[in-house]
Amino acid sequence: MKIIDSTLQPQIDSTLDVARVRADFPILKLQVEGKPLVYLDNAASSQMPQPVIDRLVRYQTSQHANINRGVHYLSETATAEYETSRRKLQHFINASEDREVIFTSGTTDSINLVMHGYGRKFIGAGDEIILTTLEHHSNIVPWQMLAEEKGARIRVVPINDAGELLIDEYEKLFNERTKFVGVMHVSNALGTINPVREMIAFAHARGVPVLVDGAQAAPHMKVDVQDLDCDFYAFSGHKMCGPTGIGILYGKAELLERMQPFKGGGDMILSVTFERTTYNSIPHKFEAGTPPIAAAIGLGAAVDYLSNVGIDAIAAYEVELLNYATEQMCQIPGVRIIGTAARKTAVLSFEVAGVHPHDVGTLLNQEGVAVRTGHHCVQPVMLRLKVPATTRASFAFYNTMAEVDTFIAGIRTVQKIFV
Amino acid sequence: MITKSLYQEVILDHNRKPRNYGKLDKASHHAVGHNPLCGDHLDIDLNLEGEHIEGIAFHGESCAICKASASMMTTVVKGKSLADAEMLIKEFRDMATGTLDLAHPHHLGRLTVFAGVRDLPTRVKCAILPWHTLHAALNSVSTTSTEAEGDPMHAPIGDA
Repeated sequence: MKIIDSTLQPQIDSTLDVARVRADFPILKLQVEGKPLVYLDNAASSQMPQPVIDRLVRYQTSQHANINRGVHYLSETATAEYETSRRKLQHFINASEDREVIFTSGTTDSINLVMHGYGRKFIGAGDEIILTTLEHHSNIVPWQMLAEEKGARIRVVPINDAGELLIDEYEKLFNERTKFVGVMHVSNALGTINPVREMIAFAHARGVPVLVDGAQAAPHMKVDVQDLDCDFYAFSGHKMCGPTGIGILYGKAELLERMQPFKGGGDMILSVTFERTTYNSIPHKFEAGTPPIAAAIGLGAAVDYLSNVGIDAIAAYEVELLNYATEQMCQIPGVRIIGTAARKTAVLSFEVAGVHPHDVGTLLNQEGVAVRTGHHCVQPVMLRLKVPATTRASFAFYNTMAEVDTFIAGIRTVQKIFV
Repeated sequence: MITKSLYQEVILDHNRKPRNYGKLDKASHHAVGHNPLCGDHLDIDLNLEGEHIEGIAFHGESCAICKASASMMTTVVKGKSLADAEMLIKEFRDMATGTLDLAHPHHLGRLTVFAGVRDLPTRVKCAILPWHTLHAALNSVSTTSTEAEGDPMHAPIGDA
């Protein structure tokens, strides 16, 4: 192996060739209402590039069998590919060991796993769980269910009008009863990037573990779970160019080992008699039954794809998209951006004065522009910011500046109709 | 194209200047309708005199389709008998869900401007919510939801 002084290496080109990237996504060639599709609903689900589609096809056409049990060729192949994918995900988030990476059905499933596996074992009556106002319903409801079952209490970190967490208030919520913190890395509704690294350090200094909901971060920025020092990190495949039905729970091995299983069944056991079951080691303890093997392998291909494009190049390009779209939007009278945090991903929630978000959404669809309208599964955020609902445009690295122009022109058309 | 035909001038006009918007001083019947999918809600006040709708008013937070539907509904059902109102509720719902053949005789008149929603599945409930809520008020059900089980809208309308 040749060792090269890193300072002598040429600078990696971090610019993104969006035309080349777009050619990888067959769905982007679609016409909607006779117009080219402008897909701006990436925070809900992203689109899939051809290499990932091809990987799914290759798996189904030449590698599929059930994993972990057969001694035959296909089963061994499928098992090897599934575990290879786990290691790809491990490297993608820089986990120290592959057994810390659990395949789940998605972020919601990952959070529920932590609630059942950790929460039900270690959180009891009178204990307190800290969540934030920004949380998606999926990081609220499981903890409410636990609080109700155990007699625990949920404390909520407030936000300011820009949609940023009030960190002073967060720190004030800690006391001797605080047993857990759940916080989203990036807000799905507003795009706010939360200072999770600092929040984790503060919690750890008080012996409190932290779960980070990374569903909106993993597709858009470099995630390093060792650098964050989070105890749990949850994210979904379908928001990062992978298939639906697959997600990841990263957990520190030491914690995962102490947790109780979430689902019981095959694969998660070492031995079963009617008197006693011995559980398998991690990660298998948390992967009961036949997993979505194809989806897991597809997710491995998706992180390969994202890494090839370059996650830093993606992040940098998406900031350009956000800045351009924000600038354009600020020039339209009667449009108000909801969520103006200093650190944001490429998410624009907004209101058009006098026009209900559903009408905005239906009329933008007429221009071929796909946006999300409604409460975005964050009713507490809507309540706090006093908006019943918003329209949300969420960008991905395959969107273009020209698409931003189409979107902005679409908003002006909506305003004309509603004059 | 479909969308354009839905957002036509009569609907936009009723959205801008909703008729019978507000509350009745003395309502004999009242209902609140919710669409939990979007958070929209609509209050309907009714004044029934015998078998007739003497007064009707609505207010609430909703999209243009819903508000215009409510506004036009109030102008149409005011003065109508309960039986006629229930018939219109049924016909409107059938039109919005695409089960009414507009080529056959019906009583919807200019309410057919809403026929386009049948092609927008996510917007059907916006158009129906006011009718849904009127049905609840007429049947002395104080709250209703487009998603609730045991909702009067889920029971046969017009046959009872």
